Amino acid sequence: MERRDYETIATWIKPNGKVLDLGCGDGSLLYHLIGTKNVQGYGVEIDDAKILSCIERGVDVIQVDLEAGLSVFESDSFDYVILSQTLQAMRHTERIVAEMLRVGRQAIVTLPNFGYWLNRWQLLAGHMPKSREFPHHWYDTPNVHFCTLADFETFCDDKMIRIVEKRILRGGNPVKIFPNLLGNLALYRIERS
Amino acid sequence: MRTHTDSVGVVIPQTVRFDSSISLASGVCLPGFELVYETYGALNDDASNAVLVCHALSGNHHAAGFHAPTDGVAGWWDNMIGPGKPIDTNQFFVVSSNNLGGCHGSTGPSSINSSTGQPYGSSFPLVTVEDWVRTQTMLADHLGIKCFAAVIGGSLGGMQALAWSYLFPHRIRHALVIAAASKLTAQNIGFNDVARQAILSDPDFHGGDYYQFGVVPSRGLKLARMLGHITYLSDDVMGARFGRLLQNGGINFGFGIEFEVESYLRYQGEKFSSSFDANTYLLMTRALDYFDPARLHDDDLSLALSEVRAKTLVVSFTSDWRFSPARSKEIVKALLDNGAQVSYAEIKADYGHDAFLLEGTYYHALIRNYMQRLMCQD
Repeated sequence: MERRDYETIATWIKPNGKVLDLGCGDGSLLYHLIGTKNVQGYGVEIDDAKILSCIERGVDVIQVDLEAGLSVFESDSFDYVILSQTLQAMRHTERIVAEMLRVGRQAIVTLPNFGYWLNRWQLLAGHMPKSREFPHHWYDTPNVHFCTLADFETFCDDKMIRIVEKRILRGGNPVKIFPNLLGNLALYRIERS
Repeated sequence: MRTHTDSVGVVIPQTVRFDSSISLASGVCLPGFELVYETYGALNDDASNAVLVCHALSGNHHAAGFHAPTDGVAGWWDNMIGPGKPIDTNQFFVVSSNNLGGCHGSTGPSSINSSTGQPYGSSFPLVTVEDWVRTQTMLADHLGIKCFAAVIGGSLGGMQALAWSYLFPHRIRHALVIAAASKLTAQNIGFNDVARQAILSDPDFHGGDYYQFGVVPSRGLKLARMLGHITYLSDDVMGARFGRLLQNGGINFGFGIEFEVESYLRYQGEKFSSSFDANTYLLMTRALDYFDPARLHDDDLSLALSEVRAKTLVVSFTSDWRFSPARSKEIVKALLDNGAQVSYAEIKADYGHDAFLLEGTYYHALIRNYMQRLMCQD
């Protein structure tokens, strides 16, 4: 459990639920959820090495490209579909969110906040932000769609998506005031409205 | 003398005879039959480490090791099966049999029918993938195996692994379905039919009873294999290996062997037709065509697989156009629809369908990890 959003995600998941973890990496979140919440889960991953890690720890994983959609999954077949810190690296942002809400009753999206003050400060100082959440240079980043929390919430509004719950974190701690300025990581639980 | 430490070494095929009759999917009753098989590794005390390996169209029971110390060629899946290999014979007891209807020792069209004293020939019944699975359960009973830790196969062998999981859900804990499909496409059946027509129209075929004429329809079988071989490779790999290379550097304005690829295919065809029985080839391709578990369930594969309890690993190869990743994903989807435990890996390989027989870093690591995990879980 090395990622700061995992603990919050775990509190949002009801025991025995059915979970799909998109971009599941080495399967550690699912492994944790299976162990603590007795969920039935599948990961989706594209990277060979990460698939091997999932298989090694006994986490079921499906090797498909998220950009191509979730056609192997039936509508409404999951309680939760998780996309953890991956949305900003997706080319087809609208399509994947729509697919998540087709396949799952709820979706959990976590994303780094581009509007975090340190990022704004670095931009003001004339440089693209580099931080724990955005560790890459501008030229080698896999991220293609940066957004602030305000942007994501507007997006949900426009797409008739209801935000059921959100949590804004900085360094793993909850942020209550000026979240779009002081939070560097956001978690949203969303559903079709 | 072979002394590779990762080889199962010299193996001696065994034969088991079943005197009870078996009723086949075609309605024909076969009054007893023999299966030839090999085993590698040792069965543990509670018989929980048994793995069944199912062969594809042209395979047989000789999956690993050598038949003699001087053998130059190992079994067909020797890179996968052995001590320390992905299917590790230090841990697993691996069983590999020649399918009923085969031509390498199990009862088939070229076997002598004891009631006539003649080879079965055209009188040998068509068998299906499900028939094979039933005969394999008889072999399992014979070996004292109630439940396989895993049933593993590629291509037609993958179909058998899948069939095991819905026919005998309590006798299989894991299915590894590699480069397979839940049914052939029209294009695929078309290829099989051309291959069969090559054999059926060979003047030496004699309606399938060529044995008594002392001939074999080797031209037809050779053509069938040449066609098959093209479809088992990718365009890219054939291009890379042969391109438009000419044997003698120039064209001869004739129909002899001029391009390298022609020479290669003819060699492959010759080699195959001297070691394989044409009737078995017909029978095996028909078993491929007929396999379609969804057919009896309103063409609903999810319904057909609703009884599956085994955990399944489905594997496909990107350049495999005869059993494409799309076909594998249909199996994955049907299992997912049932909430079954399934993993799917799509392996980047440029070799085409035959990639499932070759070594690949990711491919072999995947099978190795899956098999190791399987041993911990059970």
